[in-house]
Formats: sequence, structure tokens, C-alpha cells
Amino acid sequence: MIAQTLFLLIVIAAVALFTINVRKIIRNINLGRPENRSDRPAERLITMLKVAFGQTKMVKRPVAAILHFFVYAGFIIINLEVLEIIIDGLFGTHRIFSSFLGGGYNFLIGSFEVLAVLVLVGVIAFFARRNFLKLKRFSGTEMTKWPRSDANNILIIEMLLMTAFLIMNSAEYAFIKTHGSVAYASLYGHDPAGTFGSISPTLSSLFSGFSASSLFYIERYAWWFHIIGILAFLNYLPYSKHFHIILAFPNTYYSKLQPKGEFTDMQSVTNEVKAMLDPSYIPLPVAEGSRFGAKDVQDLTWKNLMEAYTCTECGRCTSVCPANITGKLLSPRKIMMDTRDRMEEVGRNIDKHGKDHTDGKALLDDYISREEIWACTTCNACTEACPVNIDPLAIIMELRRFSVMEEAQAPASLNAMLSNVENNGAPWKYSPADRFNWATNN
Amino acid sequence: MDKFTIPTMAEMAAKGEEPEILFWVGCAGSFDERAQKITRDICKILHHVGIKYAVLGTEESCTGDPAKRAGNEFLFQMQAMTNIQILDGYNIKKIVTGCPHCFNTIKNEYPGLGGNYDVIHHSQLIQQLIDEGKLRAEGGESFKGKKITFHDPCYLGRGNGVYEAPRKALEILDAELVEMKRCKSNGLCCGAGGAQMFKEPEKGVKDINIERIDEALALEPAIIASGCPFCMTMLSDGVKNYNKEQEVKVLDIAEITARANGL
Repeated sequence: MIAQTLFLLIVIAAVALFTINVRKIIRNINLGRPENRSDRPAERLITMLKVAFGQTKMVKRPVAAILHFFVYAGFIIINLEVLEIIIDGLFGTHRIFSSFLGGGYNFLIGSFEVLAVLVLVGVIAFFARRNFLKLKRFSGTEMTKWPRSDANNILIIEMLLMTAFLIMNSAEYAFIKTHGSVAYASLYGHDPAGTFGSISPTLSSLFSGFSASSLFYIERYAWWFHIIGILAFLNYLPYSKHFHIILAFPNTYYSKLQPKGEFTDMQSVTNEVKAMLDPSYIPLPVAEGSRFGAKDVQDLTWKNLMEAYTCTECGRCTSVCPANITGKLLSPRKIMMDTRDRMEEVGRNIDKHGKDHTDGKALLDDYISREEIWACTTCNACTEACPVNIDPLAIIMELRRFSVMEEAQAPASLNAMLSNVENNGAPWKYSPADRFNWATNN
Repeated sequence: MDKFTIPTMAEMAAKGEEPEILFWVGCAGSFDERAQKITRDICKILHHVGIKYAVLGTEESCTGDPAKRAGNEFLFQMQAMTNIQILDGYNIKKIVTGCPHCFNTIKNEYPGLGGNYDVIHHSQLIQQLIDEGKLRAEGGESFKGKKITFHDPCYLGRGNGVYEAPRKALEILDAELVEMKRCKSNGLCCGAGGAQMFKEPEKGVKDINIERIDEALALEPAIIASGCPFCMTMLSDGVKNYNKEQEVKVLDIAEITARANGL
């Protein structure tokens, strides 16, 4: 009874803390401007099923895709086991699913164990790749101390969780095989549900010669470690890049569905331009007080901000960015990480000082420099590479718009180009009257 | 060019006629000497297959693409709305462009401002003509066995998913087509997009066009093909950087098609 009460309290605390933190993330995302991304629901659903569930964009790097698939499948399927553990923990039962699944239960646990081993293979390979292979993709200016340790924390926690799961099963297997049901019932207080597993029969040989009470404590300790570990990991997610395991789904659902080459149109500008060209034009309503483009996170849309929380810092975007490849400061991954860092800073300010507090800082200049935004070729390699359809280019464009339309600050040569377009109808300084000369001066 | 004159919309409208298709030349195609050759070759192809077409001539103006990518939405929309007035004034329905940037802008960004047209890039027109049997590769220069690699312009490929049309134009040449490792959706930008064409690059260790040309030259091609006047400039500069202009030609899909047909 004490164990059950303790378990209940731990679950309640974990869920409550998680809810508080997720609500903060939702609040932060809603700091963004409104944007309708609910049209074409069927197409959105298909995109989500393909890109998030089906992981179709991961396969561009096949080795990483297979390893990631192990971890992903393990994560989704082993959650069924977590459900059983929670029921057992709350009601004091043991392996409750075995009572109504019969022979299917052995298959279930057997599959979980295979998945657990595959997850272990995946995370160990990922850990080695990050720490020993020194891939360029995992370094870079934005990969400072926290992002690096965040990545390792996740991998280590996953290793520990899977190890605990396998130890738990194999210790119990060893107990029943070596000490029998009578000894089991006297320590556990109930009969064993049976022996299960595909990997644990082999692993149980590690425990040969262990006493009944040792095996009992190993199994119980592993059980508690596993479930508390999972609840702790759940609460680590909101602070981590690993939050992508949740947001990948809504983020792909709300993907940009237009061709990549199509950039957003600005209704606020359309109103002014139409009024200039046609004095009788009645402007459509636009959000009040909003500036052109974005200086800070509140000027971006909620979708831009959701994407910042979705980014898992894999760096596929940066590794294909032509500017980054040729040594420029721009890194699309940094754009997303900066947006998230700034958004969390704004969120903390709201928590501490209330909604109207300003700290005098902004996303542009304090986080992302002008040099970065002007190095972009708008080639869409980053958006193509992102396995969860994040669009760093959209943020870069909003920062450029602010820079040009609110501050008139563009590189001098671009200002020259813009004035040529305005005065000559071409980006170069040619007379519009000469535009058709190509037809005659052959 | 003495063989035929280029029909303008103004002349056609004066005669009470309408073209099947409007050829949107673009600023580079109008003013850049290298791109003017491509423009004339597109006209030669249109003339050769007998499509009734016209150009806007001096009535054409920048689509606003570089202004939009540089963040000046005002200027973009001013350009767009002025162009839409002209296009609609001539009752234009179908447009072929000589530039992927014009193609993308008119096709995707004009509808939101009231300009709705059926827009194709010239590589798509060439593909259609080949599919319809109106265009072959005969009567001109032979490309048989020549090694050709195609550089995907970002606003044609990734931007709009057009990967096969330009390759189709090359396939009929009986040439040896080789792909760079970074091709199609993984294609590497030439370095000109996003208004980079009109400014110096930021500080780095290498220019993007050199990174791209290194990859192309590693295949030892006779021809690097593309379909964009800005890619043309960047890739040609890259080839010049290595003094390889004699061995490696940078050509537009339209130029290759025109040459193969002796136009």
C-alpha cells in the first residue's frame, strides 16, 4: 500500500510538472502573430503521416535513418509497456497484461526486448558518432556547451532506461528459473505470472549464482528506476531539444504547403500599395500595431515559434547550406536555436515581470546578426533537408523585411539594386527604353 | 536574327490579335549580354515550331523578385501590380519565362495580388514540344557522346519541383548525361539567389560558385547545362576562375536545343 501511494504521488507530481512546463511552451508559441495554417486538412494529415510517422525525409542519410528508426519505433512501442507498469504501480498488480493476453503476452514482451536492444544499438552508435567520430554536423558555433551536453544527456538517459528494462526482465526470469515459484511467492507476495522474453533468457545467465533476495531487489530496483526514469525524462523534454518527439507531429501537420519558392505575401503592404495605386481602394483589416517584418520573436508567427521548439539540432540544414559550407557565419540551425533561446528569455521575463516588460533586447542583433541574414541565398536547401519540415528561411526573410522596410538598412549594393528596380524597372542601371534592344543588336 | 522579327504585344494588339503564349524575357535576358543570347535562342525555338508568341518589349519591367528576396515587399508589390495591370490589359493567359526567378514569382506570388496566369519555364516548354513531337534534335550540332551535367537552379528545382523537364531536353541529344552528387532536390545553389547576385558575398573561406564549379569540374564534363541567367553568370565565372573556358562550356538548355536543331 505504501508503495502504491508513493507511486501515485510520483506520477501526479511528474504529470503536474510536465503540464506546467508544456503550458509555458504553448504560451510562448502563442506570443507569435496569428497565421492560418488550418486549410487543406487532408493534405496536412498526409504530410504528417508521411514526414513524421513515416520519417520519409530521414532517409536522405540512410545509416542515421535506420538507427533513428530503431529508437523511434522503440519509443512508440515500448510505451505500451509503460502503460502496464503504471497500472501495476497504481493497483499493486504485477504484469497485469499477462492475465488477459495469454500467450500473446510472451510475444509482446519478447518484441519489446528486441526493440530495447535495437534502441540500445541506436543510441550507442549515436553517442559514439557524436563524441568520437567528430562529425562536422555536430560542431559549429551554435553547438555550445548546453546543446552538446543536452544531446549526450538524452542518449545516456535512453541507454539507462533500456538497460533497466532488460535487467528488470532478465532478473525476474533468472529468479523463476533458478529459485522457483515458491521462493518467488514468499518474496513477492504473489505467484509469478510466468517467464517471458526473447532476450532475457540469454541475459539471465548474467545472474547465475545470485540469491533469490538479490534477484528480487535487482528486479524491483530496476522496475522503479525504469518508471521513475521515464517520468523524469518526460520532464526533461520541455527543457531539451528532445521535445521534437512530441512537436514533430503538429509541426509537420502545420507545414507550409505552397511551393518552396513561394514566399508569404504581406497583406499590410498590399493595403498600402493598393491605396497608392487606387485612391478608392478600401483596405482589408490587418492586425494593429504590427511592424513590417520581425525584429523580435513576437513579430514572428506562432508557426515560426513552434518550429523553434521542434528543432532537434540535428544540423542537416546547416550541413547543406551553401553559405555555411563556404565558411559564412550563417547557420540555419543557429537561426532556430536563437529563436528558441530568445523566446524562452521573453517567457522568463513574462513570468518574472509581467506581460508588458521589455528587456531592451531583441532577436535581431542580440541573437542573430545582420551578417547572418544577408548571407542567405534563399535556396531552400535547409527546408528541403529538415526531417520535420522546419523553415528557417521564413525567419530570415522576416528579419530582412524588418531591416529593409522599418530601418532602411540593407547592404549598400542591395540599396543600389533596389533603387534601380524602382527607377529603371531592372536591378541594373539600364534605361527601360533599352529593354528591347536585344532583339536588334545581334 | 535577321531571319525573323520579334513580335511585341503592342503590335499584336494593334492588329487585334492575341498570342498563344507570352514570352516573359526578364531583366537578365533583356540586358545581360550573355543572357541575351539565350533570349534570342528561345525566340528561335518558338519561331521554329511555329508557336504564335509575343514579348512585352519595353513594356516589360522587373517582376520584383530581387526586391522581395531582399526584404522590400513594398517595391515588390509595386512592381507586381504594375506588371499585372499590363498583363491583364493584354488579356494574357499563358506565359513562358526565360528565368526561374521570374517563373517562380509570376507563377506563385502574383496570384495573391490578383494576377492569375498559366506560367511555365522555358525548359518545360521545350519538354512539351519534345513530347508533342514538334521538337527533335536534328539538323544541327551533334552532342552525341558529349559529357553533359545539369545544374539545377534553386527556383526551378527545389522551389517548384521542376527536375525532369530540363533533363528531358538533354536526353534527346544522345549525349552522356552525368549527375553531380548534389543534384535535383539536393542541388547546391550557384550562390546568386536571394538577391546575392547584386551584392558582394559575406566573409567566408570560399565563394559558393567555386564550391559548385569544383563539384561540376570533377566530373570532367564538356558542357555544364543550366536554365537560369544568374546560374549562367555564376557558373561561367567559376569556369573562368580555373581558366577552363576552352574545355568546358556553360550553356543554357535553350542554347543547347537551338544548336542541336541548327537554329
